[in-house]
This record gives sequence, structure tokens and C-alpha cells, in this order.
Amino acid sequence: MIDLQVQQVYHSYFDGLVLNDINLSIKAGEMVGLLGPNGSGKTTLVKLIAGVLKPNKGKIMLNNTDLNRMNRMDIARNLAVVPQYFNSPFAFYSTDVVMLGRTPFINMFSGESAIDKQSVSEVIDMTGIKHLKNRRFDELSGGERQKVILAMALAQNPKMLLLDEPTVHLDINHQVEILELIKRLNLEQRLTIIATMHDFNLASLYFDRLILLKDGKVLVDGTPAQVLTKDRIQKTFSVTVKVEPHSVTGVPQIVIIPSGSNVKKQ
Amino acid sequence: MLNKLKHGNKLILILTLMGGVLIIISLIASSFGAVTIPLPNIFKMVLNKISVFDFPNTWRAVDETIIFQVRLPRVIGGALIGAALATAGVLFQGLLRNPMADPYIIGTSSGAALGATIAMILPLNFTLLGFGLIPVAAFIGALVTVFLVYNLARVGGKTPIISMLLAGFVVSALLTAVMAFMMSMNERFGLDLHSIYSFLMGHISVTGWGQIMIIAPLVIGGIITARLFAIHLNAFSLGEEGAAYLGIEVEKDKILVLALGSLLTAAAVSISGLLGFVGLVVPHAMRLLLGSDHRILLPASALAGAVFLVIADLLARTLLAPVEIPVGIITAIVGAPFFIYLLRRTKKEYAF
Repeated sequence: MIDLQVQQVYHSYFDGLVLNDINLSIKAGEMVGLLGPNGSGKTTLVKLIAGVLKPNKGKIMLNNTDLNRMNRMDIARNLAVVPQYFNSPFAFYSTDVVMLGRTPFINMFSGESAIDKQSVSEVIDMTGIKHLKNRRFDELSGGERQKVILAMALAQNPKMLLLDEPTVHLDINHQVEILELIKRLNLEQRLTIIATMHDFNLASLYFDRLILLKDGKVLVDGTPAQVLTKDRIQKTFSVTVKVEPHSVTGVPQIVIIPSGSNVKKQ
Repeated sequence: MLNKLKHGNKLILILTLMGGVLIIISLIASSFGAVTIPLPNIFKMVLNKISVFDFPNTWRAVDETIIFQVRLPRVIGGALIGAALATAGVLFQGLLRNPMADPYIIGTSSGAALGATIAMILPLNFTLLGFGLIPVAAFIGALVTVFLVYNLARVGGKTPIISMLLAGFVVSALLTAVMAFMMSMNERFGLDLHSIYSFLMGHISVTGWGQIMIIAPLVIGGIITARLFAIHLNAFSLGEEGAAYLGIEVEKDKILVLALGSLLTAAAVSISGLLGFVGLVVPHAMRLLLGSDHRILLPASALAGAVFLVIADLLARTLLAPVEIPVGIITAIVGAPFFIYLLRRTKKEYAF
């Protein structure tokens, strides 16, 4: 179980402020989606929470400990990250990639233990990638790779999982599989999930709480129904939309309205 | 077939096989030279020496001197150089995630070459622990250059890989220019061009056990330490950020791995000059054959580098005997076709 506090966090790169006074409190077991236009600071916020970027001002607390005071090993034993992009042309078998998730637990001198092997085989079952085990990672499709990377992150046995655009560039079946899987982990194991999302309708279907960022600030933070309103989407993204309840679950879904002359009627 | 084996068994099988090959190749290499000493005799001499057996001496006393004082130090020296360069190659390629990285990529070569050149013109005659001035100067030149490059590339507590590669390239260009200047003014400096060429092309110069006693602990200790970093290097294959997510202190590991690789390279350079090809190509050949897992790749490359260099040195000293061909020429002439064969044999695209 792990609580996260983001307190008055500012962050800037060389060319300007990216996050401007962010305050968030995320409790253990929540499933939170971060939304916002490109450049709104979503990815930066994920990197700050993961501790690979340091805030210029403000504090990030993991279970009341300042992230700055934790070493990488401590952080990696609590929190796993599925980044948007992995710099990795490598000739590893998928099962070896999943084993990389055990790095924070493996002793340099004694190597991997029975517990490590046990964890790897558990997450391979859990994520349904048994058939990919003995295939080379670089020969997998995008959706298959994403599942292997997710399994690697889960092998860290994390209490909190951060995902940066987990469904981007994936076919619709893989998008749904990934979201179903993290939702199940969230419900069954109370794994805290924080994910940046660009697809509002999927975010609305799977997440309990959405945070909309714009220009480095939190614009709104609440349930999908509170966040995904017509006016707000139109203003934030400069598109014309309608918001309708999902015909099965009732959560808000965004319907895009093309501009006047482009409307095709059937 | 190998992939079906459990990781531990696979490692043991590969290392035993390669270790066996290394011992046999080393004994065969010791048998050839100005006089050929029959292989069974060498076996018996070695077994007598390590007190396993007590075979009657059916050979000339001078043969025993040749084997123990000349050939074995040379062969073992070659094996250590090959192992050190191949291990350093794996470390640099893994850490920098750059398939073109070799042990010399961040300036060791130019630093060592300039150090050696300066040593050659100094009117000094000194030995340190059995080493002459030239190897000592090469060793120091290599390490000082890496230290310089690392610090030049450092910005705000981080050392980005691109900056390091560029700094390494520029510092190398500068030092090489200084060396070229000294070579062009060789008469004024009283510089023997032949010795410089021999250093630049790679030439194993082991004169006895003294050097081996210094180099061996450095190289073997270095390889064992490198193997401890195997899991971290695997994590580095996800990129620096990916490695950080897995609990790696990226900047700390970078310093340690660079220092280790540079030490191994400097140790090799001090007795072989700039021996190219081994450190670049042996790790790639092993990757093609065994995959990218550093837990296997590191020890396998060390052994393969050792075997490769012992064979190359055997050819270098016997092909045109009594003239000795610079071993760096042999490593490229023998190694390049073999590597091309491996590359072509692999049906899939080579994933680094």
C-alpha cells in the first residue's frame, strides 16, 4: 500500500516552465488517469513521480518519505514504470526481459534466486504471455512488446504502477487487453495505477479518477463525469464535441462533431 | 539447442567448452616457434611442473627453458590481452549502447599512443615492476585520457553518452595530431618510427613472467568484477532511464563500468600496443552466437578473445618466421572474414 503526495511542485526545462504549482494526493488503490493536450506536462509529471527528474521546487512524498531521500533501489521496489518509449534494440528473449524486472531484488554476487524465478513465472501467467516466453523481444509486435514490458514492471512487485500512454500505437484489441489487465490488478490487488492517457473514451471507461492538465497546471481533478464536460473539452482542445453517456455503462463518452460542411449524413 | 537448457547449465557448458579449447590451443601454440617442441612433451612438462605427475625427462633441458621462460609467458600474455580487450569491448558496447564502441572509443588509444611516443623520445631508462618506460607511459596515458574525456563530458552532475562519445572523438583527434607532429619531426626528436609503428599496429611484447604477474591479477580481477555488473548491463540495454526505473544508480554505474573497461584496456595496451579488432568484433561474434545476455556474453567473450588472440599470435610469429608479422594485422585478416561469415550465416536481422 502506498500513498503519493505531490506538493507545490514546479519543474522547468531549459526553455521554460513545464509544471506550475502541482498539488495532488493519490491514495493507495486508486486508479488515476492523467489527461491533457500535448505539452501539458503529463510525461514530465510521470518522470517526477518516478524520481528520474527532480522538481525545481516542491516535494514529492511516497508514503510520507521525500522521494529525494530514497535511493533508486528503494524507489524501484515500490514503484514500477512502463514508459512510452524504450530505447532498446536488443536480442533478448521475452522471459529475460521480464527477469529484468527483478533487478532491484537481485544480489550482484549471488544472482537470481528461486523467488525471482517464481515471480517471473507468476507475472508471465498473469499477463497471459506464456506463448511469447521463448520468442525474441525484438521480433514481437508493438502490442506484444507492451505486454512483456508490463510483465517486467509487474515482476518488480510494485505497490504503484506508472504508465505513460500505455495504449498509444496499439491495435484496439491490445488497447483493451492492457486496460482490462491493469484494471483487474487495481481491483484484485489494490495496485495503485497512474497512467497518462490520450484517449478520453477509454480513460472514462476504465479510470475512477481523471486529472486534466493544461499548460502545466491542474485544470480539474475528479470523476470522469466531473472532468469530461462538453465546455471543458471544447475549450481545452479547441474541438467541437458532444458528451453522451455510454450506452452500456453510462460513463461519459466524447463524440466529435465535424465542422459544418464536412458533416456526412448516413 | 542451447536455448532449451536452463540458464545456469548453459553458462557452465559454454564456459567449460571454451575453457577447454583455450587450454588446448595454448598448449598447441606453445609447441610452435623457432624449434618445434612435441605436444606430448609439453603436456608432461606442465604436469610435472604443477606436481601432478612425475614423468621421466625425455626432452632436452633447453626445451623446458624455451617452454617455461619464453613460450608460455607469451601465450598466456596473449590470452590475457585478448580476454581483457574483449571484456572491455562488451562493457563499452553495453554501457554506451553503441555497436561501434570498442575498448578505445573514449580515447584510450590516442592517450596510450601519445604516452608511448613521449616515452620513446625521453632519454630515460627505467623499469617499474618489470615494465619498461613505454608500457608504463602507455598505461598512464590511456587512463589520464579517459579521466579527461569523462570530465569534459560532464554537465550538471550527469555525463550524457553523446557528449562522452563526442568528447572522446575530439580529444583523440587532438592527441593523435600531437603524436603525428612528433612523428613528422622524428629526426629532430630522435624518434624511432619503426617502434611507433609496431606499437600502433599491435605487437605482443612479453619478456617474462614479471609482466604476467602484474597484468594477470589486473585482467582476471577485472573480468570477475565485470561479470558482477552483468545484470546491471542487461538493465542498461533498456536505456539509461529504463535502467533507473529498475533501481540502477545510473551515473554511479557509469563511472564504475567506464573505469573497469579503461583499466582492462590500459593493461592490455601496456603489453600489446594498439591491438584493434579484438575488442570490437569478438563481442559481436559472441552476441550473434549466444545472444545479448551479459551474464553469458561477458565470460564467453573473455574466453573467445583469449582463444582468438592466442591463435592470431601463433600465426603472427610462425607464418613468415623468423620475421614476425604485427599481430594486429593478423587479427584483422583472420577475424574479418570469420565475422562476415557469422553475420551472413544469421538469417535474421542482427539485433544489437
